[in-house]
Amino acid sequence: MASLITCPHCGTRPKEEFSIRGAAAPKRPSATAKDEDWHRYVYVRDNPKGRYQEYWHHVAGCRRFLVVDRDNLTHEVFGVTDASDFERARTAG
Amino acid sequence: MTSYRLAAGGAVNRGQLLNFTFDGRTFRGFEGDTLASALLANDQMLMARSFKYHRPRGVVTAGSAEPSALLTVGNGARREPNARATVVELYNGLVAASQNRWPSLKHDFGTINNLLSPFLGAGFYYKTFMWPAPFWERLYEPLIRRAAGLGKVAMQADPDRYEKSWAHCDLLVIGAGPAGLMAALAAGRAGARVILADEGFRLGGSLLGESASVGGMPAADFAGTVIEELAALPNVTLMPRTTVFGWYDDMVFGAVERVQKHVASPSPDLAVERLWRIVAKRAILASGAEERPLVFGGNDKPGVMTAAAARTYLNRYGVAVGSRVAVFTNGGSGYRTAADLVARGVDVTAIIDARPQSADPMPEGVRVVRNGSVVATKGRHRIDGLIAERSGFEEVIACDALAMSGGWSPVVHLMCQRGAKPVWSDEKQAFLAPDIGKAFLAAGSAAGFDRISDCLKDGANKASALLRDLGFAAYEADIPDVEGEYDPSFAPLWYVPGAKDKAFVDFQNDVHVGDLGLAQREGFRHIEHTKRYTTAGMATDQGKLGNVNAAGIVAGMRGVSPAEIGTTTFRPFYTPVSFGALAGTVRAEHAAPVRTSPLHNWARKNGAAFVESGLWYRSAWFSREGEKSWRESVDREVLNVRANVGLCDVSTLGKIEIFGRGAAELLDRVYSNSFLKLPVGKARYGLMLREDGIVFDDGTTSRLSENHYVMTTTTAYAAEVLAHLEFSAQTFWPELDVRFVSSTDQWAQMSLAGPKSRTVMSRIVQDDISDDAFPFLAAREVVLRGGLQARLFRISFSGELAYELAVPAGYGEAVADAIMEAGRDEGICAYGVEALNVLRLEKGHVTHSELEGRTTADDVGLGRMMAMQKPDFIGKRLSMRFGLTAADRLQLVGLKAVEADKEIKAGAHLLKDQAKPSLANDQGFVSSACFSPSLGHHIALAMLKSGRERFGERILVWDGLRGSEVMAEVCSPVFVDPDNLKLHL
Amino acid sequence: MRYSAYSILKQALSGNRLWKPAWREPQPKPHYDVIIVGGGGHGLATAYYLAKEFGITNVAVLEKGYLGSGNVGRNTTIIRSNYLLEGNNPFYEFSLKLWEGLEQDFNYNAMVSQRGIVNLFHSDGQRDEYARRGNGMRMHGVDAELLDRDQVRKMMPYLNFDHARFPILGGLYQKRGGTVRHDAVAWGYARGADQRGVDIVQHCEVIGIRRDNGRVTGVETTKGFIGCDRLALAAAGNTTTVGHMADLELPIETHVLQAFVSEGLKPVIDNVITYGAGHFYISQSDKGGLVFGAEIDFYSSYAQRGNLQTVEHTMEEGVSLIPGLSRAKVLRSWGGVMDMSMDGSPIIDRTPIDNLYLNCGWCYGGFKATPASGFCFAHLIAKNETHHVSRFMRLDRFERGYTIDEAGKGPQPNLH
Repeated sequence: MASLITCPHCGTRPKEEFSIRGAAAPKRPSATAKDEDWHRYVYVRDNPKGRYQEYWHHVAGCRRFLVVDRDNLTHEVFGVTDASDFERARTAG
Repeated sequence: MTSYRLAAGGAVNRGQLLNFTFDGRTFRGFEGDTLASALLANDQMLMARSFKYHRPRGVVTAGSAEPSALLTVGNGARREPNARATVVELYNGLVAASQNRWPSLKHDFGTINNLLSPFLGAGFYYKTFMWPAPFWERLYEPLIRRAAGLGKVAMQADPDRYEKSWAHCDLLVIGAGPAGLMAALAAGRAGARVILADEGFRLGGSLLGESASVGGMPAADFAGTVIEELAALPNVTLMPRTTVFGWYDDMVFGAVERVQKHVASPSPDLAVERLWRIVAKRAILASGAEERPLVFGGNDKPGVMTAAAARTYLNRYGVAVGSRVAVFTNGGSGYRTAADLVARGVDVTAIIDARPQSADPMPEGVRVVRNGSVVATKGRHRIDGLIAERSGFEEVIACDALAMSGGWSPVVHLMCQRGAKPVWSDEKQAFLAPDIGKAFLAAGSAAGFDRISDCLKDGANKASALLRDLGFAAYEADIPDVEGEYDPSFAPLWYVPGAKDKAFVDFQNDVHVGDLGLAQREGFRHIEHTKRYTTAGMATDQGKLGNVNAAGIVAGMRGVSPAEIGTTTFRPFYTPVSFGALAGTVRAEHAAPVRTSPLHNWARKNGAAFVESGLWYRSAWFSREGEKSWRESVDREVLNVRANVGLCDVSTLGKIEIFGRGAAELLDRVYSNSFLKLPVGKARYGLMLREDGIVFDDGTTSRLSENHYVMTTTTAYAAEVLAHLEFSAQTFWPELDVRFVSSTDQWAQMSLAGPKSRTVMSRIVQDDISDDAFPFLAAREVVLRGGLQARLFRISFSGELAYELAVPAGYGEAVADAIMEAGRDEGICAYGVEALNVLRLEKGHVTHSELEGRTTADDVGLGRMMAMQKPDFIGKRLSMRFGLTAADRLQLVGLKAVEADKEIKAGAHLLKDQAKPSLANDQGFVSSACFSPSLGHHIALAMLKSGRERFGERILVWDGLRGSEVMAEVCSPVFVDPDNLKLHL
Repeated sequence: MRYSAYSILKQALSGNRLWKPAWREPQPKPHYDVIIVGGGGHGLATAYYLAKEFGITNVAVLEKGYLGSGNVGRNTTIIRSNYLLEGNNPFYEFSLKLWEGLEQDFNYNAMVSQRGIVNLFHSDGQRDEYARRGNGMRMHGVDAELLDRDQVRKMMPYLNFDHARFPILGGLYQKRGGTVRHDAVAWGYARGADQRGVDIVQHCEVIGIRRDNGRVTGVETTKGFIGCDRLALAAAGNTTTVGHMADLELPIETHVLQAFVSEGLKPVIDNVITYGAGHFYISQSDKGGLVFGAEIDFYSSYAQRGNLQTVEHTMEEGVSLIPGLSRAKVLRSWGGVMDMSMDGSPIIDRTPIDNLYLNCGWCYGGFKATPASGFCFAHLIAKNETHHVSRFMRLDRFERGYTIDEAGKGPQPNLH
C-alpha cells in the first residue's frame, strides 16, 4: 500500500501524490451530541493493529479525499473509496 | 614486485591497459578488472586495516559482501570513502588510498589496539571511562572519536549530477547468474516485460568465475550468448551496475544504477548514479549464495579468502591469489578451487579438509589432510604459512594464500526486509528464504539449490510459474547441459577449536569467537543482544559473511540448533547507497520549488529585496538611492502609505474560488462567524477554527455572485485551508453542492493603500468607486480603463483606505506599472512585506505570529467572531472547554517601550516589574515587534496573561537570550486610528 | 559485579572468563507488588527508580521480546531539553539532569555525550520562535544561546551557506544537549534494576489484564497468570493493544518513524544539528556512523519498516543542508513504531482504573525522556501522586482543554 494507491478516479498512483489525514472511523457528531462524544471524536482513537480505514487526500491528482481500507501491519490495501461515498454509505447504514 | 597475473585466461581485456594508483604508487591493470583483482595481480595483498584492532587485511571475497578491502577512491570533491575494492570497476586514472591507518598502511600506530585487545573485549567501554565523571567528554570520548570510523568523507559539494526514474515491468529479475539469466530468458521469450538487474558491471554472476562448461561452451561464454539474446528482445531491459537495495510495499523495489562511477571524468550530461523505483508485478530473487568463511585462528590475515573468491580471481580475472595456495574446506568448493588452480599451473600446497572423508575428486598431486584443521596462520602483511592440526599433531605448511570454504548461505536479504524471517534448514545447514507469497520468489542458489544445473532449471521454472500467474502462455525453457560441475555440498563447521590467534566472525568490526562467548556469559544471549553488544554484523557489510557463522557459533555455545538462535533483522539497504543517489536533483538551490508572484518582475524593477516565505519569494522592501539600511526604506514606505499611497504585491495570499448552491452553507460552517447572509458584492473577514476550537487561519471571503465566492487565505496556509475546505465538504457534508479550486496562481493581486488610494485607483478603474458606490468591504468585478476585467475589493490590512485589485496573472506587471504611473503625482511608492507588517502591527492586526496554533479567537481579541448562536461550525463545541476559556489565558495586548529608543524584540518574555526570571513568573511573550515610524518608537504585540485587564501596567520585556531588558507599557494592540476613521474615508 | 577499570584489568588477566551476567533470567513469581508492562527504556527506568528511589523492589518487568527491543533500541539517540512549553520544559530539563549523572548512578557507561544541539533557523519568523523558546529555557535555568549566521558558520562550516534554497540565518544552541549510546541505556537500567531485585522477564507477552471489582489483579501472559497490586503500562508503540485489555480510551495513533545510519566515517559532524527548513536531524556516533532521520511516514502503521519516498525525502533534506554528504553512503534504515498522541506530548498518569498506571504517547521524542519518564512514573506508582515536573502530562487534559501542543498543529497526530 504504502508505495502505490489505486485512486478510484485517477488509477494507481504513487504515494507522493497523496497526503494522509488520519483515521476515517471517527464520525463527526451532530451539533446536539454530548460533550463526551465530541471529545471522543476529536481525541480518542481506536487505533487497531490490522484492518484500518484512513483518509488519504489525492492532493496532486483529483483532490478528492479517499478512504483507504488497509492493513497497518502488512500494509496490504483492500480497497479505496471516495470519501463522500464512504460518508453517504455510513450515514445511510 | 611479483606479478600474479597468469599469462592467459580470464574475462579481462589484455589489450586495454589501465593505470591507477594505490597509496601513491602506480599500478597497471586491465579493462575488466576490479580494483581488487588488479591489486592482487600486482602482489598488493595488504589493502586495509580493520576497524578496532587495526589488523592488516586483504580481500576476503570477490564481490559485494566484502568486509575487509575497503578503500577510498577518487579525490577532491569526488572522494568516496569505504569503497569495496572487490566491486570497484577499474578505470584509467583511478586513484585509491587505504584508510584507517596512521602513518601508513604498513606501519599503523593503531596496531597497538591489537596488543591491548585483552582489555578491549566486547562492550568494554560500557564498564569504564566513568571516573572522574567530567573526563568522559574531555578525555576519553575525544580519544575514542579520534579512532572512530573508517574512511574520510570529502564534505564538499558534489560536482556530479544524480537523477531518479520510475520503471515498470511484469517481471523483475534480481541477479544475472545462472538462475537469473534463465528466468529472464524464459520470461523474455514469453513476451513479458522483463527487467534484469545485476550489481556487477558484467552480467553473468557466478558463471563468470566458474570453470564448468554450460551448453557446450565455457560458462562465461554461455552467459554471453544468453545476454546477447536478451539484449535483442525489445521487451527485456538489461540493467548491469544496478543494485536492487530495497523491497518496499506494493512490489516497489529501490535500485541504484552506477551510470558513471567507472570513468575518471564523468560527463556532465549524464548522471553518475541513477535511482530507480521499479514497480514489478512479479519478481525473482536470484542473488546467489555467499560462501561462508571458516572461523579459525588468524582467519583474517591478508591472503586468507573464500575459495570462491580465489576461484573467481583465477577464472574471471586471470589472477592467481598466491604462488603456493593452501585450501581449508569442509565441502566441495575447496576441492574445486584447488583443481582450478592446479589446472592453471598454480601450486596448491595442501587441502586441509575438516571432514574425515569425502567423495570430492582429489586434484592430482595435491596432498589432502583429512580430519584436519587450521589453528593459526603465520605472517603479517601476507600469510607465509599456516599451522594445521590433525589428531593432536601440528604441522606448519608454507603458503602465501589460503582459500577457505565453510559452506554456503543463500543471499535472502531482500526477501527479509519486510518482516519475514529466514527459515533454518537442517538439510541445507543454512537459513533459507521465507515463504512470502506468490509474487516474489527466490530462485537458484538464493533458494538453496547448489549446482549450476539446478540453478539454471530453477530460474526457468520459477519464471514460468510467475508468468502463468500473470496470464502469459507457459513457456518451456530449454535447459542447457552442464559439464564438469562439482558438488558444493558441505558438512557444517561453525568454528575450529584450538585457535592460537583470534578467530574472527565479523572481520571489519574485529568481533571474534571470544567476544560472542563473553556476550553469552554476560547475558546478552538473544542474537540481537549479541549483535548490539559485540557489534557483530554492524559493519558496512551488515554481516553478510559473518552473521550466519555468529548464529551457528552461538547455537553451538548454547547447545541448540541455529533455528533457535535465528538471525538479526534484515533491513535496507542491501549494500550501502550514496546520499547523492537517494537525493537526486533535490539539493542546493533546488531543495524546494520556487514560487514567484506574477508581480515579481515588477517588484524587481522597482528595487525590491526579496525574502523567502515558504516556497515564495516576496518583495520585502524597495530600496531607494541613498537609503543605507532596510529600516530606512521600510520607514519611508510606511509613512508614505499613511500619508499618501503605496502599492504592495499580495499575490501570494491564497485565493480559492468556491462555487455551488451549497457554498454559503459550507462557508457558514467552516467559519466561526456568520456567512449565510453575506450579500453579493461584499467581502467579509472570516475566522476559521480547527475542530479543537483553536484558530486555524483567517482571511476575507467575497461573494462575487449568488453561488460564487472567492476566499483569501494567508500565504502560509493556502494549501492547508484548501485541503480543510475539501475535507469538510467531502467528508462531513457531501450533500452540499460546493466545489473549490485554487486560483492563487491565476491572479496578480495588489493592494493599493493610503488616503490617496481612491484617487489613484479611479484613474485605473472605469467603474464608479466613490465611497457611496464602492464602500468599505465592497467586492466586485470591475472593468479597467482599457477594458480588462478585474476584481476589486475594498479591504485593508494597513488600516488605511485601501483596495485590493486582482487582474489575470499575465496582466499583473502591466497593471502595476500603470498604477505606479497613475500614482506618480500622488507620491505613490511600492511597499513590501516588511512595511506591510509594520502597518498591520500599528493597527493591531494579527498574523500567524499570534495565531500560532495554540490561540483561541478570544485570546487575540476576536471573541466577537464566534457566532455561538449558529447551531454548528467547525471548532464550536471544543472551543467551550474549560482550558480554552480560562481567565488566566494569554491575551493579545500592545506594548510600548517606556523609553522611546529602546527596542523590543519578538521572542522576548514578559515579567512583572521587579520579578525574577523564572517559569513561575513568566507572564507571556512578545509575538511581533517593530519600530513604528508613525509613532516614533518601538511597539510590539504580545500575548500576556489576562492581558486585556492590564492596560497601563508597566512590564519588563525580558530577553535574556540576547541580553536585553526593556520596560514597556501594556496597551491596546491598536496603536493607530483606533476608531477606524481612515478606513472609511 | 561492579564495573570499573580495575574490574576490566582483573578480568582480562583471567581471560575474560569470569564476567557475570548483567542480569538474571528469572521465571516470573506468582505475584508482585508492581508489574511493569514493557521492558523498553521507560519500563526499565521505571523499575530501576522504583527500586532505587522508592524502595519498591518486588517488581517485575514483562517484555514480550528481548529487553530493549522497542524504541530504545531503534532511535537516533538525541538528548536535549530545548522545549517551549511549560508543560514540557521542566520535565525534559529534569531528564537532562538525570542523564548528566546517570552513568555514575547506575555504574554503566552509556556514553552520555553533551556535544551540543543546534536548531537552525532560516527566516525571521523562525528566529523569533526560537528566541521565544530560548528565553523560556533561560527562564527555567536551562542553557540556551541564540547563534547568528557567522557563529553557526564557524562551528559548522560544512553546512550549505552559499547555495541554499533556504538560507541559514542562525541557530538555537543548547550546549548541554547531545547523544547517548541508546542500547546501553536499556542495559544499564536493566542491570541496575536487576541488582536491586527486580525480575526482568523477557519473552513474556501480556495477553490480558484481569480485573476484579474495578481493580487490576494481575495479567495473563504467555508464561501464565501473574498477580500484582499495581500495574503500570510502559508499552509505547503497543499502548493501544495493551490499553484495550483494560478498556482504556486513548488519544493515541500509531505511526512509523524511520531512522538511518551511514557507513563508519572519520568524525566530521561534532554536534547534533536540526534543519529548520525541513525535519532532518543528524549527529555522528562515537563509532563514526552518521545517525539521522526526518519525518514520519504519515500513515498509521505498526510495521517496523518504512517507505522509500520518506527515505528519499530524508536524503534530499540531508544533502540540501550538508552538501558534502552526497558521496557518503547510507548503510541501514529502520522503522520504529511510535505512539503519536493527539497533541504531540506524552501521558504519565493514573487511569480510570484505580491501580492501573499509564505511561505513553511519547511520539518520536521518548528516548531523551527516558530517565525522567522512569523517575516520574515510579513516583506516581509508588506514591499514587504525580511528580511535579510531569503534572501537565495528564490523560484528561484533552477533555479539559489543556493540551500541550508544542508544535501548534492541533489534534492530527501525524502533524506533530
